[in-house]
Amino acid sequence: MNSVLAPEIEQPGFNFSNCRRNERLINDGFKAPKTTKTGTTIVGIIYKDGVILGADTRATSGNIVSDKNCEKIHFLAKNMYCCGAGTAADTEMTTKMIASQLELHRLSTNRVVPVNCASTLLKQYLFRYQGHVSAALVLGGVDAQGPSIYCIYPHGSTDKLPYATMGSGSLAAMSVFESRWKPDMEEEEGKKLVRDAIAAGIFNDLGSGSNVDLCIIRKGNTEYLRNYELANQKGVRKVDYTFKRGTTGVLSVKKIAFDVVAESTTAVEQMDTN
Amino acid sequence: MDAHLGCDFLDHPVSTGTTIMAVEFNGGVIIGADSRTSTGSYVANRVTDKLTRITDKVYCCRSGSAADTQAIADIVSYSTYFYENQNNRDATVPEVAAEFRRMCYNYRDSITAGIIVAGYDDVNGGQVFSVPLGGMLIRQSCTIGGSGSSFIYGFVRENYSENMEKEACVEFVKKAVFHAMYHDGSSGGVCRIGIITKDGIERRVFFAPSIDAKPALTPIAVR
Repeated sequence: MNSVLAPEIEQPGFNFSNCRRNERLINDGFKAPKTTKTGTTIVGIIYKDGVILGADTRATSGNIVSDKNCEKIHFLAKNMYCCGAGTAADTEMTTKMIASQLELHRLSTNRVVPVNCASTLLKQYLFRYQGHVSAALVLGGVDAQGPSIYCIYPHGSTDKLPYATMGSGSLAAMSVFESRWKPDMEEEEGKKLVRDAIAAGIFNDLGSGSNVDLCIIRKGNTEYLRNYELANQKGVRKVDYTFKRGTTGVLSVKKIAFDVVAESTTAVEQMDTN
Repeated sequence: MDAHLGCDFLDHPVSTGTTIMAVEFNGGVIIGADSRTSTGSYVANRVTDKLTRITDKVYCCRSGSAADTQAIADIVSYSTYFYENQNNRDATVPEVAAEFRRMCYNYRDSITAGIIVAGYDDVNGGQVFSVPLGGMLIRQSCTIGGSGSSFIYGFVRENYSENMEKEACVEFVKKAVFHAMYHDGSSGGVCRIGIITKDGIERRVFFAPSIDAKPALTPIAVR
């Protein structure tokens, strides 16, 4: 029914029309590509003056580490951040979308958006997709009624807690909190506790690894401590593996001349390729 | 997530394998629940509040999928608030219960929710309604729900009586919930109780009694 004058408008939302085909392909022995998951340790606590969020920085696809230093603490609003576990794409897109809704809400109400509001938006979005959006989140923030931490599960249920952990390393991290968390901790003590909880995940859970990210949200200001601790620094190589030019013989040379039409530079975070 | 990494939170929906209870007494209703939320074999929350406010004098006890029951409770509490504003009067307990039934029955194929609605209204005083899995609605003077409830049918039948005094009824609900928490693996934590009367709700929390408080029923080897 498509025509150039009135092209068919695609339905919004997910398209499930390929599900049956994919099921058949899998039954016929086709290996489906793996999604990048953040088999993760993410945590959050309430302390005396606010909340502290923490995360490891490993991203995996299957048993491959696909990123050694990824960011799992996402921005939602000035007074709110959100750690994500589950499918990396889902946590990233979900938090970005909710962040934009929260900003519009802030502009229309002209107030600091309550953390409760973000929790409701997230749970209603995740519930709508019945667990197919695999985002497991630890939401933390400070608003007019004080600091709060929420655990949000992929099926859309929430828990309001004084300390929370999520991801595959949640058990290791929770054991640290259960033995050492107490109400009204000082900031330094809180940072140490969150670091230790993430470190427990990094060292005792296969799905978590690399470095520790922290985010401290106080009333009125936020401190994002990217790579707060490099828990897994590489040793220096003892032998030099750089080879002299000409080590590999050149068999033939073919030169292709290009016309340079435009040049542009984009700043990116350098991946560790050592 | 690969099964070997043990990500219960992705493989299983969060569910409130629960013990919940509601009883009418001479001044209103008493609601009780344990505080355990589990994902697979992991306790996701040990201090959960399963007694959820719909209005100041109508509460619900949630069992089944946490996501489903939270969503339904949110929707019903919104529509009840809207209804009260439109009609300029408080909603009655059966009206709220009927709204729960509407949701639970219409979506019975896609949700897992066992809900007890309990509260006080000026028309009929304290009332308890049960909305079990299929979305039926029935009024009972005393009802229990959740996975832990099957362990205490006998206890409840033996010890329930009509028009109990407040403190006697609190003791009855507390004992019943503790028995269920003891025998059911997916119930545990603390016992939360709500006393709803004409004045609103009074909340209490009780810690589980020590294991040594009662002589253990340990098997004795046959010589």
